[in-house]
Amino acid sequence: MTEQDDKQLQALIKRNLKPSTYELQSDLWPRMLRKLDERPAAVSWFDWALLAAVVLCLCLVPRAIPVFLYHL
Amino acid sequence: MELSEQQSELLEQFAQGDLSAFEALFRQFQSEVYRWIMRLVRDPSTAEDLTIETFWRIYRSRARFDSRRSFGAWARRIATNAALDYLKTKRPETVELQDFHASSAANPAIQCDTREHLEQAFRRLPAKLQIAAILALVEGQPHQEIAEVLGISLGAVKLRVFRASRLLRKELESKGIEP
Repeated sequence: MTEQDDKQLQALIKRNLKPSTYELQSDLWPRMLRKLDERPAAVSWFDWALLAAVVLCLCLVPRAIPVFLYHL
Repeated sequence: MELSEQQSELLEQFAQGDLSAFEALFRQFQSEVYRWIMRLVRDPSTAEDLTIETFWRIYRSRARFDSRRSFGAWARRIATNAALDYLKTKRPETVELQDFHASSAANPAIQCDTREHLEQAFRRLPAKLQIAAILALVEGQPHQEIAEVLGISLGAVKLRVFRASRLLRKELESKGIEP
């Protein structure tokens, strides 16, 4: 594609498609608040990893369950 | 640009998870973010949804925000990623570009046909190329600004615009339109 082709394409686009001038029509904060409310608190990967480690330990050493419960 | 003390304090409060600081920033930047997304997706209702999604992402990653940097630039980058994700998941046929129309037309019938083919050609571009092409060829944004907002090099922007132009031209030629 030559520079001339490039300019012709740009001119065609400019003639037919205009830059967006659309403005926001309403305040979106009430919708944002609803979204914040509906999302449950995220559990971090570290918490999940800790839980998995505890479950794995208890499966491998079932005798540790009473000790674990005692320390809860 | 030096941030005012008040703005700097607001950004610090936001980074610490203060909801009222987030609300203040939301109200301050929602129009700017919406306008930016509107440029990329060209559909008012999708732009509203993506504005909410952008601020949701902003709120979620507030701890990573460096309060000494520009909130607007950060928000714009997150908004661009949200728009990119949206365009990637949408099939070309389902993306309506309602705000694409030029107001003046020398010959309305021919112009309308060409415009429709151009819109379709843009919709068919891969998301990354589509965003670069819209910003460069329709919105007339400087390549350097596009590079900053997309987080890529100037060369990569030029390459994307070049590839998009080539695909647009090919698509238009297949419809019998010679630019």
